Amino acid sequence: MATAYWCIVEDDRKGSPKKVMAEVLGEAGRLAGANVEAVWLTDKASDEGIKQLGAWGASKVWVLENAAFAPYMGEVWVPALAELVAKESPKAIFAPVTSRMREFVARLAARLGAGLSADSVALAMEGDALVATRPVYAGKLLAKMTWAKTPWIATLRPNVFKPAESAAGKSAQVEKPSVKIPAARMKLVERREEVSTGLPELTEAEIVISGGRGMKGPENYVILEDMGKVIGAAVGASRAAVDAGWRPHRFQIGQTGRTISPKLYLGFGVSGAIQHLAGMRTSKIIVAVNKDPEAPIFKIADYGIVADLFEVVPALTDEFKRLLDKS
Amino acid sequence: MRIELTSEQQMIRAMAAEFAQEHVAPIASEIDRDARFPHETVKRMGELGLLGIMVPEQWGGAGADAVSYVVALEEIAKACASHAVVMSVNNSLYCDPLWKYGTDEQRARFLKPVAAGHALGCFALTEPEAGSDARNQHTVAVRDGENYVLTGRKLFISTGREASYALVFAQTDRDKAHRGISAFVVEKGAPGFSVSKTEDKLGIRASDTAELVFDACRVPAANRIGEEGRGFHIALATLDGGRVGIAAQAVGIAAGAYERSVRYARERKAFGVLIGEHQMVGWMLADMATAIDGARLMTLKAASLKDAGQPYTKEAAMAKLFAAETAMKVATDAVQVHGGFGFIREAEVERYFRDAKITQIYEGTSQIQKLVIAREVLK
Amino acid sequence: MKIVVAIKQVPDTATQVKIGGDPKAIDTAGITWIVSPYDEFAIEEALRLKEKRGQGEVIAVSLGPDRVKEALRSALAMGCDRAIHLNDPAWANADTLATAQALAAVIKQEQPALVLCGRQAIDDDMGAVGAQLAEVLGWPCASWIMEEAVDADAKSVRVGRQVEGGLEVFDLPLPAVLSAQKGLNEPRYPTLKGIMGAKKKEIKDVKAGDLGLTPAAPQVAVKNLEALPARPPGRVIQGEIKDAVKELVRALREDAKAI
Repeated sequence: MATAYWCIVEDDRKGSPKKVMAEVLGEAGRLAGANVEAVWLTDKASDEGIKQLGAWGASKVWVLENAAFAPYMGEVWVPALAELVAKESPKAIFAPVTSRMREFVARLAARLGAGLSADSVALAMEGDALVATRPVYAGKLLAKMTWAKTPWIATLRPNVFKPAESAAGKSAQVEKPSVKIPAARMKLVERREEVSTGLPELTEAEIVISGGRGMKGPENYVILEDMGKVIGAAVGASRAAVDAGWRPHRFQIGQTGRTISPKLYLGFGVSGAIQHLAGMRTSKIIVAVNKDPEAPIFKIADYGIVADLFEVVPALTDEFKRLLDKS
Repeated sequence: MRIELTSEQQMIRAMAAEFAQEHVAPIASEIDRDARFPHETVKRMGELGLLGIMVPEQWGGAGADAVSYVVALEEIAKACASHAVVMSVNNSLYCDPLWKYGTDEQRARFLKPVAAGHALGCFALTEPEAGSDARNQHTVAVRDGENYVLTGRKLFISTGREASYALVFAQTDRDKAHRGISAFVVEKGAPGFSVSKTEDKLGIRASDTAELVFDACRVPAANRIGEEGRGFHIALATLDGGRVGIAAQAVGIAAGAYERSVRYARERKAFGVLIGEHQMVGWMLADMATAIDGARLMTLKAASLKDAGQPYTKEAAMAKLFAAETAMKVATDAVQVHGGFGFIREAEVERYFRDAKITQIYEGTSQIQKLVIAREVLK
Repeated sequence: MKIVVAIKQVPDTATQVKIGGDPKAIDTAGITWIVSPYDEFAIEEALRLKEKRGQGEVIAVSLGPDRVKEALRSALAMGCDRAIHLNDPAWANADTLATAQALAAVIKQEQPALVLCGRQAIDDDMGAVGAQLAEVLGWPCASWIMEEAVDADAKSVRVGRQVEGGLEVFDLPLPAVLSAQKGLNEPRYPTLKGIMGAKKKEIKDVKAGDLGLTPAAPQVAVKNLEALPARPPGRVIQGEIKDAVKELVRALREDAKAI
């Protein structure tokens, strides 16, 4: 009988699991108790990384370590893991929503002939069956999903699930299975790094600051970045600002941009068009600053200030600085 | 009877609406304020086929019908009445008569580039002393061998400055009065043809309204559209189509002002409730919606008669009259619904209010439309 | 070069969606349907490829009920050469995998050099069909592509796929499946000529049986749809900016524990 809940490891490409794995392992642990296992396809797995996965609750870590696994290529990863799945028959396969996991898990599900619930925001057992909750229609509704059979395959939206506490005492059994690794037909040409902003990545950040049309121009985003540096926040933008050419598209939050779910979202000069809300409405705390009291964003904001953002932002940055200096 | 657009007409409307909202609406306030002609977006309208909608493909157009034309024009006007007048003049007042009355050679030279949107056309009938009384033409065209020599002034010509081609009406035989009027295409740059001034206007400020001067301007006889003496007939028949276009423009202006009013009434609170829930505001919105629906149906009816090749002079005049009066009333009420906010530029309804006025004036004032309708009724 | 573009018809973003009488689905009355925006990037890219090469054929394919013809008609109006409509009640409950299998069957018949689709459809936002289609076909794939260039003899394609912190550029041998991310291009509007010409183009109806398929039971199913839980009422902080900002930071720290 298949009992193991597998969590596919997303790493920093330098040998360490990403923090989001605490959320995936934490949720798997909540559902499956001790039957949680991590599966790591990588070109290098560090011992500390394996230890960390154990501390987050993995009872076993399957390490598939091979130079062919970097960079990620679906046609290499999928057959390799499918072979292991066939042998081990896990009950569930979870992964965090990241650029490569999104594709990998979908492709894997097709290979296995199994069902997928992508971008899930809640998981629960109903009797013997897993039920996933996922936003649909631009986040305007939630869909409850059920599977026809195991393995239950799901990707989990970051910043939504409660992370596992790191328990230093726990350690995981390590398995290094040998699997056939197919030759890749696609070939990496280069990796172009984005100019680093020195701020966290939009989809991973716990705090996100967003600037909309009210920012008036590209030159003004520096005041948001200053605040971002103080509180460790990523800085994004609304579609209006991106379409106006003020920010590159990778910073766009919304339906045709990134979906975020931070602990704290701060919107400045963002009106709150449906398509922006689609990308941020699952944020835990929403703060809106806009001089138009009728801006739709105030309808979903936990805290609002009706004022000129150019007066609020510097004052708020100072106040954050004062607070964080104290603590 | 079913009133339903065909799948093509629906797609054309959707395309025009999307283009208007994404590219025209964002610049509408600014070009109005600066009275700046929107070259960039007008060029794109040409690429999309919006400037030669009813002209067959062979002559550079899209080969669509008049219903397609009015639904597209309404969407453009909803975003910006200035763009709409350029579109209306090009389609109705220039392309339409060139297609209908031009020879193949004339179509190839004067219609194709304009229908394809590479150049603009205008319609030069009005004169200082020939406004509503369009018969009273003072511009003369004197035959001189293979040419005509044009002398006179044309006033309030929409797109007059920007157009590369002007359809000009002039007297070739004064003794025959309006039966001595003929039509000519005059190309920009023709010696003796100049634009003497551009008007500063209350509304449709981003479109250009110019005075054209013909000072012994020599025009080849090959540029004469239709027979000598057919000019006034061409002008009147053209204005029937033009009125359907202006009706669509007026419906668009009204619809734009109305939609803003509904949005505002849903958001703005007074005395503790949304203003839309106050009976007096609700009534205004109900009147607006009803009149707009009526004006739109009348416009579509006139357009579909034109498509069917049936007489539509009366229906075009009725649609134009009712739509223009509706635009003015709706835009006035829209400012009222917005209260003090409506009076300032930021709310944008004041632009609709200013733009609406011209629809009661050009291509026949509301009073002239009543004359036309009365004449048709008493026939 | 033959290109297949897989598209989906979805409710317009601005449309209000309501749960239907059957809580598994939305009430479709009064909905405005559009081509999913990411699919428009895919259509645009296919058309640009054809135009750049001066030859080729672009085929739009979609699965769904009769209304999907409108979406295919839009694709034809944008410039696709013909369309295939996978139109069979047997696919009514198709999940992403069943959809991928149906698309794969058509693609095997057509044998295009390239398949393009959007990174996800904006109704159920699953974002899986492109990758699953590649798996069923056994082709390489690249998701969320921001740039694309097919080499001169149409043997391979160079793509840039968006990943966290950058862009990974790959060469893929053709045939391959690509999913388009926003930023790949600016989709064109259909021109009036395109719209008028679309009705002369073919939309072929295809049933599961025509492809020798018996759609399998779906592997995932919607149990029911639910409205979003209401957010607790928000609070507009009044007063002088200096004081409002102080109060906001206090509330974020002490009440919301968000910082």
